[in-house]
Amino acid sequence: MMSNSVLQIRDLRVTFNTQLGELKAVRGIDVDVEPGQILGVVGESGSGKSVSFLAAMGLLPKSATISGSVKLDGEELIGAKRKAIRSVRGKSLAMVFQDPLSALNPVHRVGDQIVEMIQSHQDINTHDAEKKAVELLEIVGIPQPDERARQYPHEFSGGMRQRVVIAMAIANNPKVLIADEPTTALDVTVQAQILEVIQRVQQTFGTAVVLITHDLGVIARVADSVNVMYAGRNVESGSVQSIFDHPSHPYTRGLLSSLPHEGIERLQPIAGFPPNMLAPPSGCGFAPRCQHATESCNVSLPPLTPYDDLFTSCICADELRIGRVS
Amino acid sequence: MNSQTDALLSVRNLVKNFELRASSGIRKTKRIVQAVAEVSFDVKVGQTLGLVGESGSGKTTVGRSILQLIQPTSGEVIFEGQDLTKMSFEQLREVRKQMQIVFQDPFASLDPKMTVGSSISEPLVVQGVSGNHEEKVAELLDLVGLASDHAKRFPHEFSGGQRQRVGIARALALDQKLIVLDEPVSALDVSIQAGVVNLFADLQKRLGMSYIFIAHDLSVVRHIADQVAVMYLGKIVEIGDKDAVYRNPTHPYTKALLSAVPLPDPKVERSRHRIMLEGDVPSPVNPPTGCRFRTRCWKATDLCASEEPQLVVRSAGQQSACHFPE
Ligand SMILES: Nc1ncnc2c1ncn2[C@@H]1O[C@H](COP(=O)(O)OP(=O)(O)O)[C@@H](O)[C@H]1O
Ligand SMILES: Nc1ncnc2c1ncn2[C@@H]1O[C@H](COP(=O)(O)OP(=O)(O)O)[C@@H](O)[C@H]1O
Ligand code: SF4
Ligand SMILES: [Mg+2]
Ligand SMILES: [Mg+2]
Repeated sequence: MMSNSVLQIRDLRVTFNTQLGELKAVRGIDVDVEPGQILGVVGESGSGKSVSFLAAMGLLPKSATISGSVKLDGEELIGAKRKAIRSVRGKSLAMVFQDPLSALNPVHRVGDQIVEMIQSHQDINTHDAEKKAVELLEIVGIPQPDERARQYPHEFSGGMRQRVVIAMAIANNPKVLIADEPTTALDVTVQAQILEVIQRVQQTFGTAVVLITHDLGVIARVADSVNVMYAGRNVESGSVQSIFDHPSHPYTRGLLSSLPHEGIERLQPIAGFPPNMLAPPSGCGFAPRCQHATESCNVSLPPLTPYDDLFTSCICADELRIGRVS
Repeated sequence: MNSQTDALLSVRNLVKNFELRASSGIRKTKRIVQAVAEVSFDVKVGQTLGLVGESGSGKTTVGRSILQLIQPTSGEVIFEGQDLTKMSFEQLREVRKQMQIVFQDPFASLDPKMTVGSSISEPLVVQGVSGNHEEKVAELLDLVGLASDHAKRFPHEFSGGQRQRVGIARALALDQKLIVLDEPVSALDVSIQAGVVNLFADLQKRLGMSYIFIAHDLSVVRHIADQVAVMYLGKIVEIGDKDAVYRNPTHPYTKALLSAVPLPDPKVERSRHRIMLEGDVPSPVNPPTGCRFRTRCWKATDLCASEEPQLVVRSAGQQSACHFPE
């Protein structure tokens, strides 16, 4: 994999200590986010998409045991001092979530919240910070940003709130913006607007974006490269075109063919359901649902292996690729 | 639309207003939410009407009004020739045996303390149906692709997709003629959703019931529906045969909505023309005069503000309400 990544994750593992035992949420993933690019992260719910990037942000609860390496511009974040992480979070690394209200304080004006975000990382007087806050609201497409800055979160619609949260996230010109299902709760016409804002931020400031979504259409629209997750692992990654043109992991293939599209009589679900991560399968996490699974799939976790322009973790990927089996 | 011959259900001029009581100062003000405003459509025997539109457009309110779970403000709901809005409680109890509603959230619609078997047989008990309920439950579980010994288990022991199947089995307990499916697959992963959608199609083929399929996912509706109605702020803006509406949308809102849906194909996504609507859906408390879509419509003129467009036939089996149709 390339080494000029702005965010580089290696062998990240996250285990939660729960009442029912150890829940293995993330089981060794590598991620490379290239400067100025949009990385789409897609996968089944519960596959570890959110937890992986919450770990990178240092936002997981104490019940989580984390190992591996997360480097932002070469600087290691796992095991780093609290203070060091706090200076990175919100500055070089910022995150927005599905529910914008979770990131906003209901009793403060949105402009003041952006000012606070700017001043906690930059040495800048309040007047200038206020001016910058209004500029940021304008960049994310909020009409009359002057007036809107003086309003409270409840005075904004869902789509406008998500814009405010994006304005806050980019306030300190982060190197990487992590957006976790930012449009999932929004209507499609508003989703289209928010995706445009994210693309505008990426193109204007060269911000790298990690876009977590369960929607392959969203990935197809904006991502440059894609990681497909299943059961705490990256099962496939590559350029957006290669993932859609010749998906080689049975889960990626299954996911794509389960989507409704014009002219098909019957949908093709993937049989079964995702594994219980308290007791994940010893081998490939997808094996219990996979129509190509053999005995050897249950022996050990298949590593991500390069095949031309894709990295795939499946022992029969080669055969699937050349179309010997379908 | 006017041929009553094969209509199982005819909704005519359905209106539902909700009164919001808000106190401003000492004066109590009454505000009215026009959730559904003069909606008419037919559902044919053994067919599926898809109901789409952004959140707040009134889809759920239409569904609940049909089943008389809420009392419509005015209008007719004619089921097999009888107007449900004029029925006594006793009469309604009888026809209710023939209609059911399935909600989005499989968790919320099942009692966590009841075995799945008791949940499924509950409608039989409530309606005073005699006979062997255990046998009927086993038959229903089999119908939705679950094993009969699942009857003894509790909802938390099931995955999301399985729980939705239980909800469907429950809805089928009384040999319904009409089932309102309100976002029945929205909470499910696509890999699971496909199986549930197939189940709906199979059951319809076998049992011949009609569906009203409410969803915000336009691709799923395209797959399952025969006719589709597009709602905006309490109004149907376009209605017709699925293929006509999807291939040749004639209302600007339908066109914008379809163009906003992300398609799982990077080449298509990056080359197609997208209509970006500005802003959000206005409040249904004070909907725009004339055409309710005009505040977001790129074609709007003075006429659109002064005169409400009526549904007009655009092609065989397709109507839309716009002064300047596409
Ligand atoms: N705070 C937590 N404590 C225990 N388990 C958690 C916690 N957060 C997430 N998990 C579990 O970790 C796994 C991965 O979750 P998540 O990353 O949220 O999935 P997704 O891919 O849907 O974002 C799931 O099995 C989830 O239940
Ligand atoms: N019980 C209620 N009281 C007041 N307003 C309601 C009630 N139920 C729905 N509404 C309002 O009616 C409108 C239509 O809602 P709904 O039918 O749920 O839309 P949809 O299902 O299309 O999202 C919305 O503005 C909603 O806020
Ligand atoms: S009637 Fe006017 S405002 Fe309404 S959709 Fe047609 S052109 Fe647009
Ligand atoms: Mg998540
Ligand atoms: Mg609804």
